[in-house]
Amino acid sequence: MASPSDFNIDYVANLARLALTAQEKETFSRQLGDVLQYIEKLREVDVGQVEPTAHAFPMFNVWAEDQSRPGLPVEVALQNAPAQRDNMIVVPVVVE
Amino acid sequence: MSSDLIFKSATELAALLEARELSSVELATELMARTRAVDGRVQAFNSFDEADTLAQARAADARRDAGQARGPLDGIPVGIKDVIAVAGQPLTASSRMLADFVSPYDATVTCRLKDAGAIPWGRLNMDEFAMGSSTENSAFRITANPWDLTRVPGGSSGGPAAAVAAGETILALGSDTGGSIRQPASFCGVVGLKPTYGLVSRYGLIAFASSLDQIGPFARTVEDAALLLGAIAGHDPLDSTSCQIEVPDYRAELARRPGPWKLGVPKEYFSAGLDSEVGDAIRAAIEFYRAAGSEIREVSLPVAAEYAVSVYYIIATAEASSNLARYDGVRYGHRSMAATDAVDIYFKTRAEGFGPEVKRRIILGTHVLSSGYYDAYYLRAQKVRTLIRQDFLRAYQEVDALLAPVAPTAAFKRGEKSSDPLAMYLSDIYTISLNLAGLPGVSIPCGFTRAGLPVGLQIIGQPFREAELLAIARGYEQAHDWHTRHPSL
Repeated sequence: MASPSDFNIDYVANLARLALTAQEKETFSRQLGDVLQYIEKLREVDVGQVEPTAHAFPMFNVWAEDQSRPGLPVEVALQNAPAQRDNMIVVPVVVE
Repeated sequence: MSSDLIFKSATELAALLEARELSSVELATELMARTRAVDGRVQAFNSFDEADTLAQARAADARRDAGQARGPLDGIPVGIKDVIAVAGQPLTASSRMLADFVSPYDATVTCRLKDAGAIPWGRLNMDEFAMGSSTENSAFRITANPWDLTRVPGGSSGGPAAAVAAGETILALGSDTGGSIRQPASFCGVVGLKPTYGLVSRYGLIAFASSLDQIGPFARTVEDAALLLGAIAGHDPLDSTSCQIEVPDYRAELARRPGPWKLGVPKEYFSAGLDSEVGDAIRAAIEFYRAAGSEIREVSLPVAAEYAVSVYYIIATAEASSNLARYDGVRYGHRSMAATDAVDIYFKTRAEGFGPEVKRRIILGTHVLSSGYYDAYYLRAQKVRTLIRQDFLRAYQEVDALLAPVAPTAAFKRGEKSSDPLAMYLSDIYTISLNLAGLPGVSIPCGFTRAGLPVGLQIIGQPFREAELLAIARGYEQAHDWHTRHPSL
């Protein structure tokens, strides 16, 4: 069973792809420790026979017609790209 | 004239425009002058585009000249929280991550405003990615409460609430994930409505927690909120969670529903933790409804009152950690120049682009979703969410709507809670259960503290019954003059 003391900020920050400073790790660990301690009270609730709610008004099978419609022109889609060349987004080398 | 004009309601201004006693250009010019005069102190706006606003005002006047006015909102400026897309305008979510982002398209609500002739006016400040209750988490500026510049305007929609209160805009759109419309409306003494989940399209709203987010109106009167809601509500095929609901004429419905009503008072919401002056104002509002012939019943929301904050900070952070994974420095937004390889781009971009509260929530959300913890936190929270919803549905077997505080206190001081996230989270205790249950709620002014700070009454309605909710709110507003007071700036 999960417990607030299991919280490992290095492990979680790696999963979240988020570089944290030593100061941030210390501060967040303490603050989130308080929050995790507070939400421990959910264990008091008997949820044995209860179905989970993902959305307040569950909707299923929302279909869209399979029709083409105008999208963003390439230059507009690229206007916010950090780096671009020849209608492509430039990124560092992924495979040597 | 000018001070009169900027504090008129949209419906009053619509009549002046229709009678040709006022032009949209004159109105926009007054608001821009007011904004230039006071926003250095209020700091409600991240940016505004005067040339674009005037061009739209001229177009509205030309339509009216040609007998082609599009209705009461034609030519009325509507401030937009900087999380809702307006084509060609900045869209920052008050984050360094999107500091230079320009929206390539309009949100559905923006399209609908433009179709109604309304003028999207400026980009209003907020807590970064709508995470916060004080607007202190903005990467760009700290918005002040127009009633007391040393206090916060609430959040996350602090910019919209402050701009409406300060006479910098007539109307505004905000978003509400856990109280982000209602709590700032309460702190700033204006009307703020969170619609039923699914009534208003989320297409073009930067996602925070997708099962909780809703866009809604800010106004200085209930009638104006009804008018603006009518313009933005309704099914949108671009948002698959948007409901197929017939949208009534909310403004016309106000007059058709004079009451009285059966109103519930959740007994748990008046326990320890509620400021005595706020409690007195809410109890006086309850007595008003009783004296006006409504039946008041005590109801109980045991699970919502005790567990909503815990459930919310699991579900909202889990959804946020997933939604904010898209900010990876590759396709748009900030990209770290210090990264050494393709994977390092993610780590450093996110470290540089996100502020502390966003990082905290991504970390918490990632933790509660991680292997070994999902069942204990996320799944359990989803089950308690079901029980919270059942609390409200049980109450609604007896009553039409609920009366409650919006927040435990009036506006707090800048810096008072910013170092204690849990204390900040607990200030959302009366608002977040509505988002979990998908219900509509409105905050309307119901008094002032001795220090001169506004207090809001929260009226909580039944799903998709905003017409009734607004009529109940209007019943109170018509008998009181709180909404006619304005801060001196």
